[in-house]
Amino acid sequence: MAPVDLSTDLGGVVLPNPVMTASGCAANGRELHRFVDVASLGAFVTKTVMSQPRSGRPTPRMAETPSGMLNSIGLQGPGIRAFCEEDLPWLREHGARVLVSIAGGTAGEFADVAAHLAASPAYDCVAGVEVNISCPNVANRGQVFACNPEASAKVLTLVRERLPSGTPLFAKLSPDVTDIVEIAASVLGSGATGLTMINTLLGVVIDTERLRPQLAAVTGGLSGPAVRAVAVRAVWQVHAAMRAGTLPEAPIIGVGGVRTGADALELVAAGACAVQVGTATFHDPTAPRLALDGLAGLVAAHGFDRFADVVGIAHERT
Amino acid sequence: MSDVAQECAELVASRRVGAYHHLTFVAPGIAKLARPGQFVAVAVGGEEPATLLRRCFSLHKVSPAGAHRGTVDLVVSAVGAGTRWLTALRTHDRTDVVGPLGRPFPLPKEPVATVLVGGGYGSAPLFWLADTLRSRGCRVDMVLGAATEERLFGAVEARRSADSVVVTTDDGSVGHRGWVSDVLPAVITHSRAAVVYACGPMGMLRSVTEVAAEHGAVAQVAVEESMACGVGVCMTCVMPVRGNDGATRMVRSCVEGPVFRGDRVRWDAFADGRCLVPEDAVGAAAMRAH
Repeated sequence: MAPVDLSTDLGGVVLPNPVMTASGCAANGRELHRFVDVASLGAFVTKTVMSQPRSGRPTPRMAETPSGMLNSIGLQGPGIRAFCEEDLPWLREHGARVLVSIAGGTAGEFADVAAHLAASPAYDCVAGVEVNISCPNVANRGQVFACNPEASAKVLTLVRERLPSGTPLFAKLSPDVTDIVEIAASVLGSGATGLTMINTLLGVVIDTERLRPQLAAVTGGLSGPAVRAVAVRAVWQVHAAMRAGTLPEAPIIGVGGVRTGADALELVAAGACAVQVGTATFHDPTAPRLALDGLAGLVAAHGFDRFADVVGIAHERT
Repeated sequence: MSDVAQECAELVASRRVGAYHHLTFVAPGIAKLARPGQFVAVAVGGEEPATLLRRCFSLHKVSPAGAHRGTVDLVVSAVGAGTRWLTALRTHDRTDVVGPLGRPFPLPKEPVATVLVGGGYGSAPLFWLADTLRSRGCRVDMVLGAATEERLFGAVEARRSADSVVVTTDDGSVGHRGWVSDVLPAVITHSRAAVVYACGPMGMLRSVTEVAAEHGAVAQVAVEESMACGVGVCMTCVMPVRGNDGATRMVRSCVEGPVFRGDRVRWDAFADGRCLVPEDAVGAAAMRAH
């Protein structure tokens, strides 16, 4: 029996397999590479980078929750210049296909970060750009770009102008909205090639000994298997709209609570053509590799020759 | 980055020591690589755990050879869901262990006198460190402190590993009544120590750093920050530390630490169970913008 064809098309860029790290869950590669060869992943997704170096938020920044965790890192990072000088060349040297996650405090900052990235000599390892319009750990919390269709559209429009036309552009969406299909329509109409769903959900944990919020920043983003059903729902709704013809067809990267191959397969069957492994990497640094192996085994066990044939299949079996 | 192993480690011994549990796991890959001051990240909760985050413990000791081809020893305080699961394991149970992680205690090039200070079960890595220092000709004096006698760890072992041992407890149940910082000046003065190594709560590490500085000694402190991954990818265990260039950065205690020079740590940022980002830290200005 021939091995399963795991390749997946991210809107023009074909990856050898559909499993990626998730932004903010694998730093920028060096640490994880001790456990998983970054070149063996479909793509490596970098920690969100902004224009300037950021210290991140005060600590505690993390609270464990049932089957998940809350984080308020605050997009700590080196800034786009250092990223292009140190991190991107390292990933390129090690053979990674890179999905670069970018953010800004304003639409203009998103565009500046994109322009700097596009000018990097290491840009040829960039398989795509993920526009993080949905991080709950920005100062204007509750007002993230991805909660507003017009604000989201403006960011995507400006970023699209600054990148080569062949670069797939993914908008990362928040599930903390009334109608995620409306936001998806807005970004897909403004230059996004596809969608990444979902970012974390906003949460609070109270320390019952001190009777105060456990996180120094009070609110944080909830992730882990606890949110997986929310991620599957978001992918399901958006993919259903594409099948119904009310949204243009576009690749969806599913992310949220994936630990095993079966978890990944849920998102795929709901409509994701690629899957990111995030919080599970904290539990086991080999988690992305285990999820890939598990997914490949399950696709084969179901009798499929091609991974692409499983994408969205659950919509045909309701 | 240095070599690291990941092993599905079998528990071969678990015993109570005062308020703590002393666990021995078979982990030859880790035992072979580890040095004093490094730690391991242990998975808790079994196959499909509700507790996702790794629990990190300093290595109490390692035995690279022997009956099980290599074991690592940890000291655990069962205070939460994860540590209770771990201390309820029975011999021959297994769990996933990653290590050795972090930077070890730097060792002096000359056979200088040293003082080792442990707070509570923070003393766990110090006996192995003491043996290593003495094998290099260093004098080792130890100060062990805890809230109560039950919360002291290794007072007996210390007598074997050190040239002298002073014990303090907050309630006076054993040794001097008070804190390690009360007795530390006399110990440093007597031994003319050049280096003070310490492991324990933040408040104690700050005091040790101050006392060491007053006596012309360098403090090397191992912090006990809470971590989610232990391997440098989650960015939760950060703390403000000055670099060689004098600039303060929020650095990961799992990869840049857990051992830091005490005089490099921005102790002023720690208060009331939180750690703020100093205003002059690299990247702090961008946080104020948005």
